[in-house]
Amino acid sequence: MVRKRQHIRDHTAESNLFARRAAIALLIVVGMLAVVISNLYRLQVNQFEDYQTRSNGNRIKVVPIAPNRGLIYDRNGVLLAENRPVFSLEVIPEKVEDLEDTLQKLTTLMQLTPEELTNFTKNSQGKRRFKPVALRTQLTEYEVARFSAQQHLFTGVSIEARLSRHYPYGDTLTHILGYVAKINKKDLQKIVEAGQEANYAATHDIGKLGIEKYHEDKLHGEVGYQQVEVNSQGRIIRILHVDPPTPGKDIVLNVDLQMQIAVQKTLQDQRGTVVVSDPRTGGLLAMYSNPSYDPNLFVHGISQKNYSALLNSPDRPLINRATQGQYPPASTIKPHLALLGLDSDTISTSYTINDTGRFRLPNVSHVWRDWKRWGHGKVDVAKAIEVSCDTYYYDLAYKLGIDKISAAMSEFGFGDYTGIDLYEESDGNMPSRGWKRARFNQPWYIGDTIPVGIGQSFWTATPIQLNQSINTLINRGKRYVPQLMRGYMQDNGEVELESLKTLRPYQIKQQKNWDIVLDAMWKVVNGEEGTARHAFDDVGYVSAGKTGTAQLFSVGQNESYNADEVAEHLRDNAMYVGFAPFEDPQVSVTVVIENAGGGSSNAAPVARQVMDFYFDHMASDLSSVQSQEMM
Amino acid sequence: MKSAKSTIKHHKTSWLVRCHVDAILLIGLIALTGVGLITLYSAAGQDIAQMERQLTRLGVSFLVMLGLAQLPIMFIRRLSPVSFGVGVLMLVAVIFFGDMGKGAQRWLDLQFIRFQPSEMMKLAVPMMVAWYISKFTLPPRTLHIIGAFLLVVFPTILIAKQPDLGTSLLVASSGIFAIFLAGMSWRLIMLVAGLMGAFLPVMWYFLMKEYQKQRVLTFLNPESDPLGSGYHIIQSKIAIGSGGLEGKGWLQGTQSQLEFLPERHTDFIFAVFSEEFGLLGVLGLLAIYLFIICRGLIIANRAQDAYSKLLAGSITLTFFVYVFVNMGMVSGLLPVVGVPLPLVSFGGTSMVTLMAGFGMLMRIATQQRFLTR
Repeated sequence: MVRKRQHIRDHTAESNLFARRAAIALLIVVGMLAVVISNLYRLQVNQFEDYQTRSNGNRIKVVPIAPNRGLIYDRNGVLLAENRPVFSLEVIPEKVEDLEDTLQKLTTLMQLTPEELTNFTKNSQGKRRFKPVALRTQLTEYEVARFSAQQHLFTGVSIEARLSRHYPYGDTLTHILGYVAKINKKDLQKIVEAGQEANYAATHDIGKLGIEKYHEDKLHGEVGYQQVEVNSQGRIIRILHVDPPTPGKDIVLNVDLQMQIAVQKTLQDQRGTVVVSDPRTGGLLAMYSNPSYDPNLFVHGISQKNYSALLNSPDRPLINRATQGQYPPASTIKPHLALLGLDSDTISTSYTINDTGRFRLPNVSHVWRDWKRWGHGKVDVAKAIEVSCDTYYYDLAYKLGIDKISAAMSEFGFGDYTGIDLYEESDGNMPSRGWKRARFNQPWYIGDTIPVGIGQSFWTATPIQLNQSINTLINRGKRYVPQLMRGYMQDNGEVELESLKTLRPYQIKQQKNWDIVLDAMWKVVNGEEGTARHAFDDVGYVSAGKTGTAQLFSVGQNESYNADEVAEHLRDNAMYVGFAPFEDPQVSVTVVIENAGGGSSNAAPVARQVMDFYFDHMASDLSSVQSQEMM
Repeated sequence: MKSAKSTIKHHKTSWLVRCHVDAILLIGLIALTGVGLITLYSAAGQDIAQMERQLTRLGVSFLVMLGLAQLPIMFIRRLSPVSFGVGVLMLVAVIFFGDMGKGAQRWLDLQFIRFQPSEMMKLAVPMMVAWYISKFTLPPRTLHIIGAFLLVVFPTILIAKQPDLGTSLLVASSGIFAIFLAGMSWRLIMLVAGLMGAFLPVMWYFLMKEYQKQRVLTFLNPESDPLGSGYHIIQSKIAIGSGGLEGKGWLQGTQSQLEFLPERHTDFIFAVFSEEFGLLGVLGLLAIYLFIICRGLIIANRAQDAYSKLLAGSITLTFFVYVFVNMGMVSGLLPVVGVPLPLVSFGGTSMVTLMAGFGMLMRIATQQRFLTR
């Protein structure tokens, strides 16, 4: 009975049951939809801002734009360091239909080497297909023209230009300008330490040497930004906003290109350096160190072979001799010592010695010789400078003592950096008791003092120091920092001058002592017996100076120096310091020529040529510029 | 007057009814596919070729729907055991002769057509369960319920082993809905729920493949691997969240247009929709889905025989499972199991199956009307 009833369908009951279940199902559906909606409400309303930020973070990228590097001009506005577009042949693999075929055609057209092709394959690996890959960098103008004519046949291949530093005057200005090259790990570390990472985010090159390095912060400029929208592969879809970069400042140097070229010519193939400055400002008109090298080699990465050649050359071209060369100053510092002697009342103008060509200390057997074997006879302070009498200065040094000399010469700037706007500078050495104790753990002997009188005996100076010290004499104690940079080029072509940098002046008690010393230097050039009188025969201007001949080789007590018998690199350095015009000095020239022999016959003539060039080509227009500057 | 009015009405609907088309359901389906096409246009990056392919599929699917609507329910009912049997046989065949695709063995190559038997089971299982249960009076006895569960579990496991978690989930739920609607007692429901809970660890250790486990782990903590397996979910949530209340506008969704969103025209198309149309748009879309589901349940409720009721109810609720699982996984509520957003996502097979189901639903709807008349 029960069983049978089960077989009889109660359609109404079944329908009701189904309706109930369907209603419950609908309720569950609505409930689950409510869960979905509340979750979406949480995402889209409660957390909207958070997700909006993350969405923008996905798509908006900030791309830095490198600023254009500031240019460098000479004092007359001649461009010395420029930004030149360099062209490279680039391929965007994604846009090329048949890469294989395109490369083959390009190989025929551009004579691609197998090496370039392997490099291309290597460089394109692991790169997004829409990013350009360089096939050849630094195309010549001919290559650019050759490809441009066929450009329509190569979709996806193009010539791209990028600004790169170029130094049109090559090796003439290397030691002044330095160069830029690719930022390396060490540079990067310094950038990070200086907190400049953001500023260098798009920059390729950085100043490695010279002005390029010293004034890097001014030349570089401020990075710009562009806000771009990118897709998930990083491809730029559109530019949203641009914050243009601020280009670096254009720098104007005190250097006169024509003067610099003239200086380079006068040195020919001799190892040495010439520094030409304007004593009224400390500005450097020329500074050349020979031999030099082409800085453009370094801009795109120098080959190992070329670099080794420069590095290992016995002529040391990488050294800036003007600021890094440390030479015994020899007789060029006799005027300074004379001034010290006079002003400390150690000597007077009436004080004389009788020079027999030999100097001896009481109870010491060692003999110091004059350069002139038989001596100069009766010599006073003026004549001692004019004829460069060594004996007089042995005596003076002995009388002054090392402590006074060391202190006074340090005030002239010896043994210290001049502060020139180059990092490549040496400080030279002004010997003292303390220095010798520290350096050799030896006491200072009286015998050490005597050769200091003629600028030898541990005393070394850089040519820029010598030039600065002569300017101090000319300016009667006023001291300027030698400056390569003159100012900034403004948009209107005017130069915004940098203020002159001065140092603590060299002070003396009696001003007339300046004149005594300077007059004696006049005699070096113009006197009957002046050591530079031959070099300056028949000049059209009045100059003064001092010769120097630095011994690099100790001659035995009873031997004589014979240049022909001494190895070339041990021969004397020829030196000259001079200025002109005597009454109103405008130009101060320092010459050091290595292993050339005597200063009067080897360095003074070079100085004369430089001064001649100055008075022939520059004096008039320079003085007019200068007088403006003074106002 | 009254009779004239009803005659006009009758005359108006008769053409559609004669073709066995339920106008209300059709309106819902057309609205949904329309929204789907608009979204796909944006999600596929305005690719006309993709649109053409999707339109072709839609056309085929509508034809399949219309075709199936022409088959009398009695015929479909009689076909149930056969189609189920053939389906299970093909699932077994897949294990031995199946083609691999995307790391899973789902396809059966019948020379002229590549066929996914698991897709067919989405309909064959509820048909079979409805056929089986409706042989007896409702509510079914425990023994019959056990029998019905066996009918569900066997193909589900076969599909889960392929592995195809999404389809096995849909197949299982389609069968279970039929059993539930048949009036399975609440006590038993509790018991089964408890057993299912116990089954979960078994599934984890014996049935799930490594990549499926990874998906679940990623779901539990997507930020743990933001560039790897968590990437999909994170980008999807960013797309949805950044859409806000009103959305970024059609074709303006940065997450989708700039390709940060993966699978954006298939499984993750809901994220595109949410990003471009916002919460308000989503509410509109949900309204369309709810409209279709309500219509389906009404059709089921009005059906005259138990088989039709159970089949119609099951098809409708399974449709909802698609919606819920897809939206849940795209918005981070559920792990990613590969269920498309029905009639919106790009893709062919599931669309044909869905429309075939709606074809049966329409037949059930119109059959009932003939009878009432």
